[in-house]
Amino acid sequence: MEQRLFALQRLSAMVMAPFVLVHLAVILYAIRGGLTAAEVLGRTQGNPWWITFYSLFVISVGIHVPIGMRNILIEWGRFERRTATVICMLFALVLLAMGLRAVMAVGGRWS
Amino acid sequence: MEMNRQSLQRTLTVRIDRGAGPNNYATYSVPWRENQTVLDVVTEVQRTLEPALAYRFACRVGVCGSCAMTVNGKPRWTCRTHVSQVQEDGVIVIEPLRNMPRIKDLVVDMSEFFQKWKKAGNTFVGTATRNDPPANVSPQSSKRKKADAAIECINCGVCYASCDVVSWDKEYLGPAALNRAWTLFNDERHVDTKDVLRKATSGSGCNSCHSQGSCMKHCPVSLSPTGSIAGLKKSALMLFLKGG
Repeated sequence: MEQRLFALQRLSAMVMAPFVLVHLAVILYAIRGGLTAAEVLGRTQGNPWWITFYSLFVISVGIHVPIGMRNILIEWGRFERRTATVICMLFALVLLAMGLRAVMAVGGRWS
Repeated sequence: MEMNRQSLQRTLTVRIDRGAGPNNYATYSVPWRENQTVLDVVTEVQRTLEPALAYRFACRVGVCGSCAMTVNGKPRWTCRTHVSQVQEDGVIVIEPLRNMPRIKDLVVDMSEFFQKWKKAGNTFVGTATRNDPPANVSPQSSKRKKADAAIECINCGVCYASCDVVSWDKEYLGPAALNRAWTLFNDERHVDTKDVLRKATSGSGCNSCHSQGSCMKHCPVSLSPTGSIAGLKKSALMLFLKGG
């Protein structure tokens, strides 16, 4: 399992690195002239590119972050390996649920 | 004349962690000589001032790896450390190695350290029989060079004491054991190198290393367990991605 988690964390990091850059670049580009919430939603809602991009982003985060958290719990929190695994599985579910809910809220309403 | 010379002789203050109670440092004064290793100082304290002081040494010349202790906060071989290199204002502080339970004074229990060697997969298993000719391993081959670069470890435990990951995670196999696994992985005579990777990556194995490099910094024979562990990580990841 350790080897699988190690590989998953590296692979998800490789996926996330360009995503973070695109995410930041789009924010900087999009708000240069100032945008209202309605204008933002007008561009994101129903936009398949936006929805795909952020869904993948959220999934990568949901994989990457809990694996790192697990290591922190084991090394600095002195948690048993199994306990840390359970806590981080739950944390992964929370992250995924919150993230995907946000994607649905900002990108939803196909029209 | 004799009196005069003695009164002129500098003294070195030695604080030794003896591990009893809250005020566990005993302070001794010994003659500060021209040429003196930290092991000489500990021996002088034991022979002249504190006969009950426990410490471990054997060869006194940097071959056996028995005399490692913490000197002024850093793990070192005391036999290869001159007082002049480490003293601070005429004081040296000597403590047992970190990350290993103390038996008495400066002597630590290294059994867990050695058990982890086994756990990391340190045992050579050959495929040849006694009737086969000796394996012809080219000194120029890449695997042989990698094994050569890591093989000189004498199990002194300095890297293990210097490693923060060991101090955080008691299951972590540690730099020395993983360094040994790396030499075995690169030994083309070994029967199952995949098994070496399996053992080195299971539980708190090589993937727990943070690459801080303390082991490499403190290794008295200038090995790089950090590099060996990075090699294990890379090889294990490639094997995993290939479906091994």
